[in-house]
Amino acid sequence: MNYFVNEKGYYGDFGGAYIPEMLYPNVEELRQNYLKIIGDADFQKEFHHLLKDYVGRPSPLYLAERLSKRYNANIFLKREDLNHTGAHKINNTIGQILLAEKLGKKRIIAETGAGQHGVATATVCALRGLECVVYMGEIDIQRQAPNVARMKMLGAKVVSAVSGSKTLKDATNEAMRDWINNPVDTHYIIGSVVGPHPYPDMVSIFQSIISEETKKQLIEQTGNDQPDYVLACVGGGSNAMGMFYHFINDENVKLIAVEAGGKGVDTGFSAATTFLGKEGVLHGSRSILMQTADGQVVEPHSVSAGLDYPGIGPQHAHLFKTTRAEYVSITDDEALDAGLLCTQMEGIIPAIESAHALAYLEKMKFTGGENVVVCLSGRGDKDMDTYMKHFGF
Amino acid sequence: MNRITKVFKEKKNNILSIYYTAGYPGLGDTIAIAAALEKAGADMLEIGFPYSDPVADGPVIQASSKQSLDQGMDLNLLFEQLKELRKTVTIPVLLMGYVNPVLQYGVERFCKACAEVGVDGCIVPDLPMVEYEEFYKDTFLKYGLSNIFLVTPETSVERIHKIDSLSNGFIYLLSSSATTGQNLQVSDTTAAYFSRIAAMELNNPTMIGFGISSKETFDKACNYANGGIIGTAFVKSLPSGNLEENIETFMAKFRA
Ligand SMILES: Cc1ncc(COP(=O)(O)O)c(C=O)c1O
Repeated sequence: MNYFVNEKGYYGDFGGAYIPEMLYPNVEELRQNYLKIIGDADFQKEFHHLLKDYVGRPSPLYLAERLSKRYNANIFLKREDLNHTGAHKINNTIGQILLAEKLGKKRIIAETGAGQHGVATATVCALRGLECVVYMGEIDIQRQAPNVARMKMLGAKVVSAVSGSKTLKDATNEAMRDWINNPVDTHYIIGSVVGPHPYPDMVSIFQSIISEETKKQLIEQTGNDQPDYVLACVGGGSNAMGMFYHFINDENVKLIAVEAGGKGVDTGFSAATTFLGKEGVLHGSRSILMQTADGQVVEPHSVSAGLDYPGIGPQHAHLFKTTRAEYVSITDDEALDAGLLCTQMEGIIPAIESAHALAYLEKMKFTGGENVVVCLSGRGDKDMDTYMKHFGF
Repeated sequence: MNRITKVFKEKKNNILSIYYTAGYPGLGDTIAIAAALEKAGADMLEIGFPYSDPVADGPVIQASSKQSLDQGMDLNLLFEQLKELRKTVTIPVLLMGYVNPVLQYGVERFCKACAEVGVDGCIVPDLPMVEYEEFYKDTFLKYGLSNIFLVTPETSVERIHKIDSLSNGFIYLLSSSATTGQNLQVSDTTAAYFSRIAAMELNNPTMIGFGISSKETFDKACNYANGGIIGTAFVKSLPSGNLEENIETFMAKFRA
């Protein structure tokens, strides 16, 4: 079974490039060049130099002892929260900004939900001196205020997306419209493994550093590069794809993708795409998305802005359909509780997105001795407001 | 002969095509608008079926789509309404919209429904050419539907020839790479692009769209192509007042 992209830009039934003609030249330029540019020795040197000295990689793989005792397994946390800017998102933006430079682009646009990708994009634009415009849903601007301030301080222009549900999906629409209107000098840094081919593949390649390091770290710490389980939360799916990447062909390693169940999968307030979605096309690729019978995209709900998206990347749809990975869901309340638990047992305040992955540990049964890696995709600073309101601190 | 082919055969120039969103401003206005447009001198119609995430559209068509959806429009209802189309309307009619509603409705079922109500063709901007060729073309042809492709100033010569070979109706030239609703500015580079296309002597006729809002811009478009398509400017003229009067007033400017 091939779990990776084929020469036509598909993962099984999913993927492709469903884009209007206005975007064709841009996407085609990327498609023709991305592998060549990324594979170039100078590019690799610069990319790894920045990941090491600027982002602070490798991120630690930390054996969380108290959580391990609680769950009767060896719980390893892959600490993407310790990256510069506080999440995994910067792995991708470093890669894409270097690529944009190689393509001669002068202006960068991005969409953001939680604001982590927006901050990571604004950061690399400041680093390289490029103009930056970030689209963000009006509702997310309110619930992620600290990140809005960071982006502005970094010199980015933050544009409020006021259409539709005013969250991540609509910010993505606005970014695509901007790209249509600025086709020549602008590069669109998509923040997850979504969008038309080659974006899902390109973003997963940049994020694959997560599992590349994890394997080495597992050998050092356990003598075996194959854990029993790997868990990650899924919004569009980029931290999960980075965490799964080098384990996908290790069929003994169980991959678990945790979706945002919102108030509960059946409540009408959920973002659990594989439970509620059907095959269709959104934001340039064929995948699984939440939609009405008429093909209108449904507005999702999650307490975590980064998971509040009605689709998943096409590779996830393929991993789901082939059952290579298991897709589960965690409610808002379960995630918040897991965030508090991790904080008080390990002294790590996780992003609410990442807390979804941690929460699933409560539902697993271990016999003792299993090695379990959880991608701690980001830190919870941006979520303090939500945590404080929920727990009444 | 397909009505689209016929119109280009009979009338080679100054062909005026109007876009509007089905189910807007009133859910039940779809057919009345078509009839009034024909009466007022439109040569061809593009009826938009609304989508929740119209990435190629600017604010005006986004808003009309949203209102239409909020009022309850979907493809089932649209095809129900279109059963009345050919009782009054004789000019060519295309449906324009995004691919996901078509996929959910079912491609074959969609094409069949189009043929049954007398729709002559489709414009689906986010349906890629390779996908059309591989998975849709035979079905479109089976039901006698034209598929209309877009071309922008950035589209390569090679790709334009490929589009020409797959087209059966006309080719939709965008005045610039833009979402709908910008103003057409025929700068030197746009003029050069239009002239370059005209000089290619394509098999299919061409229509220029995106940004035509006045008689002046329409006439400019007609200098380079067989006609022009008006969308946003027309949709903007609709929301208040008497529908037929609005349409007559709007069209009078172009048919003077
Ligand atoms: C910390 C964190 N984790 C996860 C996500 C979800 O994105 P993805 O599924 O692409 O990893 C986000 C998105 O903003 C995030 O900030």
